[in-house]
Amino acid sequence: MTTTIAIVLDGLLYAAWLFLVAVGLTLVYGVMRILNVAHGSLYALGAYVAAWAVQLWFANRLPAAAGLLLLPLAALLVGVVAGTAIERGVLRFTYGRHELVLLLVTYALFLILEDLVKLVFGVDPCFAYQPYGLLGVVRIGRLPYSLYDLVLIGLAVVVGLSVWLWLEKTRSGRLLLAVIHDREMAMAMGIDVGRLFTVTFAAGATLAALGGALAAPRISVVPGIGVEVIVLAFAVVATGGLGSVPGAMIGSLVVGLVRAVAVHLLPQVELFVIYAVMAAVLAVRPQGLFARAEVRRI
Amino acid sequence: MRRDPVPAAIALLALLLLAGALVLPDWLRFLLLLAFAKGLAVLGVVTLMRGGLVSFGQGLYFGLGGYAAGMTGHFTGFSDVFGLLLLGIAVSVAVALVLGLVMARYREIFFAMLSLAFSMVFYGVLVRSEVLGSTDGSNLPQPTFLGYAPEAATGRVLLYLLTVLVVAVAAFLVHRWYRSLWGHLAEAARENEVRVEYLGASVFRVHYADYLLAAATAGAGGVLTAVAVGHVDPTLTYWTTSGEFVFVALVGGTGSVFAPFAGAVLLELVRTFAFAWLPYSWQMILGAVMLLVILFLPGGLWSLVAGREART
Repeated sequence: MTTTIAIVLDGLLYAAWLFLVAVGLTLVYGVMRILNVAHGSLYALGAYVAAWAVQLWFANRLPAAAGLLLLPLAALLVGVVAGTAIERGVLRFTYGRHELVLLLVTYALFLILEDLVKLVFGVDPCFAYQPYGLLGVVRIGRLPYSLYDLVLIGLAVVVGLSVWLWLEKTRSGRLLLAVIHDREMAMAMGIDVGRLFTVTFAAGATLAALGGALAAPRISVVPGIGVEVIVLAFAVVATGGLGSVPGAMIGSLVVGLVRAVAVHLLPQVELFVIYAVMAAVLAVRPQGLFARAEVRRI
Repeated sequence: MRRDPVPAAIALLALLLLAGALVLPDWLRFLLLLAFAKGLAVLGVVTLMRGGLVSFGQGLYFGLGGYAAGMTGHFTGFSDVFGLLLLGIAVSVAVALVLGLVMARYREIFFAMLSLAFSMVFYGVLVRSEVLGSTDGSNLPQPTFLGYAPEAATGRVLLYLLTVLVVAVAAFLVHRWYRSLWGHLAEAARENEVRVEYLGASVFRVHYADYLLAAATAGAGGVLTAVAVGHVDPTLTYWTTSGEFVFVALVGGTGSVFAPFAGAVLLELVRTFAFAWLPYSWQMILGAVMLLVILFLPGGLWSLVAGREART
């Protein structure tokens, strides 16, 4: 029984973290048709800036509870500044090129950002463990579980709902859906697609940075965390269907739970069971679980 | 019809490189060996790219070749380079025969991601299995050549000579492949698959054949790398290795069989000096070069050498 609870909770936690990263990735792909490899670097950047801010905050003995708010603030800062800079500075010159070329452009950006992070923050691990202990521990059954982790799960649900509400219920969200559905037609109807691209990319970057900032207290922030997360997020997004927000949710749940089962029952297969799921899904449904199949042009 | 100058050029370059074994300093010879081995994997990526497929998982076959040689050497002590080479290629092709059936059905981003997934599955297996050496990998015995067991220094020279020969043969065969019906069909499939099908050719078979070819060359490259370094570890198959192959393929362009090898040598040279002079900026240089090439030289650096002729 305890094992089952542990598997479900760990799975949900892992899924929550994956979803935060994957939803930004899938949003950017859906709107801009860019499979953004640099998403991983934005995640790392969010983690680093958050860790740095938390260290500074607690070193000066400022009120501890407010330190929690630093995490989303750091993410917002990184997302808006770095996201806008990347979109305006590089990506906009490549619109209209082939999807694969765009993939390679973001791969190049990823390489550049990885080293920039190393140059700015150094290669020693950063720790920002203080917020993790702030909320204490709760007992679920006989299982002690950190409240921070439960909040993380809740936050992922909130983020998912907000993105869904934004897309379905607000004007700018509906415009975005129109662009996802048919970019040319949306342009012909007078939607300023260029501006939407900037907003979308900044929003995607903020979500990536948020994933990193919220993970920062749970891990040691070291070079290479971006690489790890982007490959995982690809697996999630491909499983769920590229460009689909519900797909990202289902994808993270599937991957998160499968991994939790593997970790608890058969730890040897943990690392590749995720990709095995992805390969299996893609082999049966090439477009992923939730995306529509594209029409082949003659 | 003009005579094809490429085979003669390959032979000439190979002779120069073989003669170079006498004059090149040790470090440069070793660098060239590694670059050529990597170039073999890049050649595979380029072959797929001509058909419009970008593989982000060629490290899978590079690693399979390397581990086939590494594990055989580790467990049985078998050290004959020719035997290991054949074995590595055979293992790579055998895996590709199966995976290719799935892969050849996919295009564009899905091909890229599925190839990435397969290489990461292999990486996961390697990292997790103690028998295969886990993250530390394992060592290979000193290479022997058809029963001849030279001392270390002579062995390194012989291995270099062998690598040059393997590269020359591979370049020649792949060049012939590009000029064959299959090569032309691949290019046509990149432009418009449906029309190729209407002409009566099977796009699936074209991609499948290219996939096998790419696996074979990458496997050979992996074996040579493993034997030269004397060690295998899971980074051989990690996705950053595959990414580097794509990088070289892209920077070199798909115009010629020389481009992958020239690109790989250039990459290794820049890497060597960047590590010495500018720590933590090696990837940044790679990224910046890649961006500039994509933005300003869509045909790759080779298009500068080939000039206008290639574009018409």
